Amino acid sequence: MLNKNYLEISQVGIEFATSGEPFRALQNVNLAIAKGEFISLIGHSGCGKSTVLNIVAGLYNATEGGIILEGREVDEPGPDRAVVFQNHALMPWLTVYQNVELAVKCVFKKTKTKAEIRDWIEHNLSLVHMEHAVHKLPSELSGGMKQRVGIARCLAMQPKVLLMDEPFGALDALTRAHLQDSLMDIQQRLDNTVIMITHDVDEAVLLSDRIVMMTNGPAASIGEVLSIDLPRPRNRVVLADDPAFNHYRQQVLRFLYEKQKNPADKNAVAG
Amino acid sequence: MSATPLTKPVLSKKAQFRELFNVATLRLLMDRAIKMLALPGFGILVFLFLWQLLANNIITSLGQFPGPNQVWEQSKSLVTEHRRERSKETAFYQRQEVRNAKKLADDPSATVKIRSYTGKATFLDQIFTSLLTVAFGFMVATLVAVPLGILCGLSESLYRCINPIIQTFKPVSPLAWLPLVTMVVSALYVSDDPLFDKAFLTSAFTVALCCLWPTVVNTIVGVASIDRDLINVSRVLRLGSLVHIRKVVIPSAIPLIFTGLRLSLATGWMVLIAAEMLAQNPGLGKFIWDEFQNGSSNSLGRIMVAVLVIGIIGFILDSLMLALQKHLSWDKQATLR
Repeated sequence: MLNKNYLEISQVGIEFATSGEPFRALQNVNLAIAKGEFISLIGHSGCGKSTVLNIVAGLYNATEGGIILEGREVDEPGPDRAVVFQNHALMPWLTVYQNVELAVKCVFKKTKTKAEIRDWIEHNLSLVHMEHAVHKLPSELSGGMKQRVGIARCLAMQPKVLLMDEPFGALDALTRAHLQDSLMDIQQRLDNTVIMITHDVDEAVLLSDRIVMMTNGPAASIGEVLSIDLPRPRNRVVLADDPAFNHYRQQVLRFLYEKQKNPADKNAVAG
Repeated sequence: MSATPLTKPVLSKKAQFRELFNVATLRLLMDRAIKMLALPGFGILVFLFLWQLLANNIITSLGQFPGPNQVWEQSKSLVTEHRRERSKETAFYQRQEVRNAKKLADDPSATVKIRSYTGKATFLDQIFTSLLTVAFGFMVATLVAVPLGILCGLSESLYRCINPIIQTFKPVSPLAWLPLVTMVVSALYVSDDPLFDKAFLTSAFTVALCCLWPTVVNTIVGVASIDRDLINVSRVLRLGSLVHIRKVVIPSAIPLIFTGLRLSLATGWMVLIAAEMLAQNPGLGKFIWDEFQNGSSNSLGRIMVAVLVIGIIGFILDSLMLALQKHLSWDKQATLR
């Protein structure tokens, strides 16, 4: 077995200051992730999935506990934990190439020559099949293409961990399926360690090695962890009729809709 | 591996000609001509008509209020005066040269004096002075306002420190600043060989003080409202402060910075005329005041020429800023007004 504790989320809890009582978003979140593992975080809206991701990224600081990456604590953002944002977060004034270049120059300025940097940018754009649009501005691209560039930018940083905050949430179903396949393919080849937030049960089962299901907030924590032992490469069409796949799906659905009722529904009953 | 831009197919000369004159293209051109020329032209004609109508009915102590016709006459005579003044100047220098050459020929050791011409500044000279003053004042204001705005936009604490000061000075009229600026410039700018005229500096600094604020305020808003995600990208990449400002903050805030700059320049131009009038500093404001004091039957017409010129110059300045903004802005699709 590989190092099971490549990335460790240890006893993490966080409180946000409000005008009244401080709001406790997370409590006792513990998770150990192996190198090359693909983890999905799933849970109802407002359960603190994004907060977990932001703490791993270093964008938030945990009130208790911390993040240990390769045996060292990390408490500020850095290019070793690249983030793919839901809304691509490309600089609208830079072309596709320049957006990736900005990241690559930050990471490899000292170690790569000019020619190597150029090749590396082009290589990463070809990984996400965007080599045809290198000199376009983000405003000239579709939503799916922008997200591809966002992913290329993160891959190009060669991060230890790739953090994805609902990367396909804003896309239509077909585009989403395309990008999921691309992502699976890339992860297969590069063996990235990934934490992905999603709302989509099918997406979680299809892509993940483990699905981390979170309880509802406030003071949210990890409810259950489900290992998905489906052979790779995975094919969505074949799996659609696979009993094991459907069994995993059902387990996630059961957690979300029976064990952790949507907080919005609870309010509706109480009201 | 390069992007293949969609290029139009190359047409033969004949085909180009046909395309130019097909019905759809013609209609498009017509539409554009109506929008760009006919409608504004119509507006101007209606205005001129109403102006003439009103002017006919106003009699002042200096005669009838000038209509478009008199104003046109006066603008021509102002240009003629300028030409006459220039030829006088050239003649003066020629005479001086001849005189000096003769003096030197008679006695090679004689000291010759070269005096500069001291004719009165013409309307065109005053326009030039005003433009130079506003450019200088605006430049000083921009050099202060943009960095200050960026710093305040980045740091909430600094913003809280400076905001009351901005809000207090923002509504102050140029006329209130003028006496103070005049005295300060007289006291501090002491030099045997002055590079700038004191009056020039007084006007320019008054302009700067008044046109600082729109740029400061708009830059602060622009910088403070940068997309959170972009800031997070910058944090993940660990961009240094200066790189962060150069690569993320300024491009993001550029549309609002320009909004501020345009408001500032417009304010500066208005303030300048008032300052020149009050302080009798050279420029268009002084021209108007002189004409008013002069009180001839032509004065009102000449003042009206100045009014129109001030307006047109203001319009041109704004158009120049707009063109600059279009050139510098990354969002070429945005409609700028």
